[in-house]
Amino acid sequence: MATDLKKSYKDFVAVDGISFSIEEGEMFGFLGPNGAGKTTTMRMIQCVSPVTGGSLEVLDMDVSRQQREIKSLMGVVPQENNLDGDFTVYENLLVYSRYFDIPKDEAEKRIEELLDFVHLQEKRDVMTESLSGGMKRRLVLARALINRPDVLILDEPTVGLDPQARHLIWEKLRNLKKQGVTIVLTSHYLDEVEKLCDRLVVMDNGKILVEGSPMGVIEEFIGSDIIEAENNPELLECLRQKEAKYEVIGDIVHIYTDNAREISEILLMECSLSKISARPATLEDVFLKLTGRSLRE
Amino acid sequence: MNPVDYFRIPSVSSRSFKVWQRNKDVFMKDIKLNFLPPFLEPILYLLALGFGLGKFVESIDGVPYARFIAPALIAVSVMYASFFECSYSSYVRMYYQKTFDAIIATPLTIEDVIAGELLWGATRSMINATVMIPVIALFGLIDLKYSLLIIPFAFFGGLLFAAIGMCFTAITPNIMSINYPVLLFITPMFLFSGTFFPLSALPVPLQYFATAFLPLTHIVNVIRTLSFGVLSSSLIFDVAWVLFVGVALLVLSINLMKRRLIV
Ligand SMILES: Nc1ncnc2c1ncn2[C@@H]1O[C@H](COP(=O)(O)OP(=O)(O)OP(=O)(O)O)[C@@H](O)[C@H]1O
Ligand SMILES: [Mg+2]
Repeated sequence: MATDLKKSYKDFVAVDGISFSIEEGEMFGFLGPNGAGKTTTMRMIQCVSPVTGGSLEVLDMDVSRQQREIKSLMGVVPQENNLDGDFTVYENLLVYSRYFDIPKDEAEKRIEELLDFVHLQEKRDVMTESLSGGMKRRLVLARALINRPDVLILDEPTVGLDPQARHLIWEKLRNLKKQGVTIVLTSHYLDEVEKLCDRLVVMDNGKILVEGSPMGVIEEFIGSDIIEAENNPELLECLRQKEAKYEVIGDIVHIYTDNAREISEILLMECSLSKISARPATLEDVFLKLTGRSLRE
Repeated sequence: MNPVDYFRIPSVSSRSFKVWQRNKDVFMKDIKLNFLPPFLEPILYLLALGFGLGKFVESIDGVPYARFIAPALIAVSVMYASFFECSYSSYVRMYYQKTFDAIIATPLTIEDVIAGELLWGATRSMINATVMIPVIALFGLIDLKYSLLIIPFAFFGGLLFAAIGMCFTAITPNIMSINYPVLLFITPMFLFSGTFFPLSALPVPLQYFATAFLPLTHIVNVIRTLSFGVLSSSLIFDVAWVLFVGVALLVLSINLMKRRLIV
């Protein structure tokens, strides 16, 4: 739950007055281009980065006053892996459990469960440096669960993973959600966010552009479908006459609609189209429409 | 930050012990290798300097040269152990391994983490002193009467050098730059703190300078006096100096690290 939350690094404003509220037990996504301020927001929720302005409460506690209480109920998967390179997989989890004051026998029990959960039993005595990228990511997830958190913060949990590992992680997250864990995540894999998140926000330049359910957001900004057609002047003229919602992207035209079949037929008959294909609109279309198509520096 | 803020007492909790424990666990993994230097170094130094060079040096204030430098070797080891632990090693954990980032996502705060690092640095000083005392005793160069007092004192002296190391870790732009304080501060201290020759051999202004600004001077004084089996009242001044400056630098080092790491 945040109201008018702000964060500046010296003179640079990274998060510029955002408000959002995350319900207990939901999966909530933060989307946005590189540098939008997602990680900065996550770090404020984790109580490791002080807020510059506004208010931020986690589990009804203030992040600047009740850090220890919040952190003891929270699990974190940071954007950058920070496993302890001086220890093996098993020791990483054991040492981490001590930071949460988990008694040793309880910790040992949980570690066995978690190693099964993320399929790392075979690697238990391996130093973390010799794990593959995906294994490291899974271990970071296991580590985030060692204290059985009520809230899980995941900053690009599936970055750099192969499809198998990615599906494994998403499946785990769905499981956790069923157990009532509140999950907050950022990701650039928009198809997955679309399938998994109950609600999301799209951020850019430190501000929230939209908030809503994936379907809701798509319908609001695009409509249910997109028709892709080859760009030619006649088509554009025709679309202008019909007052259609469309966007030109290089040599392709996207036409936004709620009724793909009807519109396709009209277009085919009246606008002399050659090649055209219709598909359901996705979150990616919304994302690109809202945040532009140019690359972020 | 306001200058006064650098000396504001940080809120450190007993959870810093978990960080100490983490470092101890890593230390124990290579325990044999870690015990070798405090065991071997005094032997090498005593053979080379004490019995080699000592042949050409008259006794100092009636003390044979080997007996004069033996306690200084402990003092130097106290300095090196915690200074290097809290400079290079802490920097690696902070910057390259991101160990601190991982820990502050748990109920520990950054103050706890730094305090744990400092306590561990001091512990390493104490471990070194504990290993060296019997080695030196084997050479018959230490009076065992008060020698056990050297061990707790090594811990407090270690805290002081741990804090010095941590201050540099907090302000250094990169790991190579830690070489500057080593060259300009630690190495001169190694030579000019009454370690291998008495302070009185230096020009008077330098003697005052060493007493006022070189912490090792006081560590050497205390350990040497104890190693002679004497308890003299001048020790109170040295111990007070170490405790006072130590506490001030501990507070400063934690606040400097907070400034560096909390963004
Ligand atoms: N420690 C810092 N000091 C100064 N500026 C920072 C710092 N951390 C982040 N920034 C700036 O704040 C802005 C937001 O960064 P942030 O890491 O929150 O982006 P992000 O949305 O997570 O991006 P990405 O998708 O690339 O992870 C960026 O412009 C970044 O340069
Ligand atoms: Mg990020």
